[in-house]
Amino acid sequence: MSQEYIDIFEQNRELVEKPCAALLNDARSKAYARFKAAGFPGIKEEDWLHSNVSKQFAANYGMNLGRVNVKADRQSIFTCDVPDLKTRQAFIINDTFSNGSNGKELPSGVVLASLNETASKNPALLASYYNALAANGDSIAQFNTMFAQDGLLLYIPKNTAVEETIQIITLLQANVEMLSNRRLLIILEENSSASLLVCDHSSMAKQTLSTQVTEIFIGRGANLHLYELEETSHSNTRLSHLFVRQQADSNFIHSNITLTGGFTRNRIEVTLEEGGAAADISGLVIGDKNQHTDNRTLVDHKSGNCTSNELYKYILDEQSTGVFAGKMLIRPDAQHTLSQQTNRNLCLTSDAHMYAQPQLEIYADDVKCSHGSTVGQLDENALFYMQQRGIPAAEARHLLMHAFAGEVIENIKIDALRDRLHMLVEKRLRGELNHCKGCALCK
Amino acid sequence: MENLLEIKNLHATIDGKEILKGINLTVKAGEVHAIMGPNGSGKSTLSNVLVGHPAYTVTEGEIFYKGKNLLELAPEERSHEGLFLSFQYPVEIPGVSITNFMRAAINAKRQYLGQEPMNATEFLKMMREKRALVNLESKLANRSVNEGFSGGEKKRNEIFQMAMLEPTLSILDETDSGLDIDALRIVAEGVNKLKREDTSSLVITHYQRLLDYIKPDIVHVLYNGKIVKTAGPELVMELEERGYDWIKALNN
Repeated sequence: MSQEYIDIFEQNRELVEKPCAALLNDARSKAYARFKAAGFPGIKEEDWLHSNVSKQFAANYGMNLGRVNVKADRQSIFTCDVPDLKTRQAFIINDTFSNGSNGKELPSGVVLASLNETASKNPALLASYYNALAANGDSIAQFNTMFAQDGLLLYIPKNTAVEETIQIITLLQANVEMLSNRRLLIILEENSSASLLVCDHSSMAKQTLSTQVTEIFIGRGANLHLYELEETSHSNTRLSHLFVRQQADSNFIHSNITLTGGFTRNRIEVTLEEGGAAADISGLVIGDKNQHTDNRTLVDHKSGNCTSNELYKYILDEQSTGVFAGKMLIRPDAQHTLSQQTNRNLCLTSDAHMYAQPQLEIYADDVKCSHGSTVGQLDENALFYMQQRGIPAAEARHLLMHAFAGEVIENIKIDALRDRLHMLVEKRLRGELNHCKGCALCK
Repeated sequence: MENLLEIKNLHATIDGKEILKGINLTVKAGEVHAIMGPNGSGKSTLSNVLVGHPAYTVTEGEIFYKGKNLLELAPEERSHEGLFLSFQYPVEIPGVSITNFMRAAINAKRQYLGQEPMNATEFLKMMREKRALVNLESKLANRSVNEGFSGGEKKRNEIFQMAMLEPTLSILDETDSGLDIDALRIVAEGVNKLKREDTSSLVITHYQRLLDYIKPDIVHVLYNGKIVKTAGPELVMELEERGYDWIKALNN
C-alpha cells in the first residue's frame, strides 16, 4: 500500500510543490525520504498493534493535489453553533484555510491565516517552528508532511491574550472518495493566552480519510486551552498527530472528545521542556457500531517541577473497539514531578472491546506518580438502586453513562461549551446524533 | 382493614441456594410490622425479593400487593405502586446529583400514573420541605447520590427519598445499623412523621433500639428462612432480654 502513495507522490511531485512555500517543500523532501524508508506502520509494530492503519489507505481515494478550487459556501452548508458562545471562526475545508465572518477583531499582532500563504510571505515567522516537532513523528506524520500543502497558522505574540474563543471547523468536501492532509501550526509566545475549539465535521456519505498534524509551541508562562471535538461519520478515517512543546511555567489544557467517527487514531505527544510547566489532558470516546477509536498519548517530563494530569474515558457500545495507550515518561532530570493518569472504560456489550495500556516510565527518584486503568460494565447495584426509586432501567443506564462521561466534560473551562457538550453527549447517548446538527451534507 | 401485602409460602434462592423456605406474612393497611432475627436468617433476602432484586429467584409461592401479583411487576413498577426499600447499604452513584436523581424518579412515577411532569418550582419546593424532615443539608442535595456521605447521612438520605416518593409500603432494612443515637432519633422521627393511616411499614432490625422509636404493631421472628414466631410488641423486650438462642433451640 505504501508504494502506491510513493508512486503518486513521485509522479505528482511538481504539482504538489508548485503552489507551496519553500518551507513546506524543504520539510517535504525529508519526510518523503523517511516515508519511503519506513512505509505505513504494520500491526506488528507495538504502537499499531490494534489499529491496522495501512488498510485504511486501501480505498480508491482522490487527492486534490492540483488544488482545484473547491467551491464551498461554508456558511450555508454549515453552522457549528455553540449557543451563548461568541467565537471567532475559521474553516479548513479539505486542507484550505478560510476565514469566518463572525467575531471581533483579533488583538494586534495575532495571525490567524493560511499556513502556506504565511510561509510564503513571512517565512522567518515560521522557520523555526514548521515541522520542528513533526520531523520526529511516526510515518503517518511523515506521510502528512510529504503531501501537506496548506492548513492553518495561529500565531499569538508575547503578552497578548485572545479573549474570544477561536473556533476552527474542519470539513471534507468532494463528490468522490477523498483523502486530505491538513496541517495546523499554533505558536503562543511568552505570557500569551488563547482558547481554541477545533471541530472535525468531515462527515460525508463517501469514504473519507484525513490526516492532520498539529504542532503547538507554548512559550514561557503562556496558557492554551485546546478543545478538539470529532463529529464525523462511520465512513471517515481520522489520523491525527498532535505535538505540543511547553516552555517554563506554561499551561496546557486539552480535551479530546470523539462523539462520532469511523476509524480514529489520535496520537498526542506533550513535551514538558522546562520547569513549572503543567499539562492537563483528557479525553472522552463514545463508540458504537464498528467504530474504532485509538488514543495514544505520551507526556514527556524532561524537566523538574512539572505537573501532568491525564483522564481518558471510553463508553463502547455494540461492536466498537477502543484503544488507550498512555505513557508518562519521567526523565532523569525531571525531579519533583507530579504526574497522574486515569483511564476508565465501560463496555456495554460483550462484543465491544477495549485495549488499555497505561504506562509509567520513571528515571528520576524524587517524583510522585500514579496511574490506574479499569474496564467494566455499568454498576449493577446502582442500576437496581435507581430502579427501586422508580427510574426505568433504560433511563437509569442512561443517567449512569452520562454521569460517567460527565467527569471529562466538567474539565472544560468555557461554560457555554461545557453546557453544549453535555447536551451533545446526552443526544449521542440517546442515539439522536446520527446526523450532525445543522450540517446540510448529512441531511 | 384490607390486606396491603400478602406473602404466601414464599421460597427464594440466590446462586442456587435456598434462603427463604416458606414465608407467610400478611400486612394490613396502617400496620407497622417488625421483622427480627439473627444474622443469616433471611431478613435482607425477604426485603430484596419484595422489591424485585434480579439476583434472587422466587421458586415457589405468591406475593400479592394491593391485590396485584407483585412478582409480575418490574422493580420500577413496584416503586411506582408505592413500594419503597430503605437500603441497608445505600449505593453511591458518582456524577448523578440527588436533585437530578429525584427528578427522574418523581417524573417516572408521575408518567406511570398518567400525570404531567412536575414543574421546576414545585419540585424544588418539595425538595426543600422534605429535606427539612430529616435535617438533610442543602449542600448534600447538590452532591452526587451518597458519594462520600457518612453512614448517618446515607440513612437520612434514604428517609428523605422516602419522603419524596410517599410510599404506601416502606421496608426499612436495618436502617439503624451504623447510626449513633442522635442520627437514629432523627431518622426514626422522620419515619414517624411520614406515617399515615393508610401506609404500612416493615421494619427489619436486629435490635430493640430502633423499635423504641418506631412502635411496631406486630413482631415476627425470622429464623432459617421461616417466620418462627409472631407476637405483639412485648416480644421485642423478650428478645432483648433472652437473645435468639432459645428461638434457635426451639427450631433446630
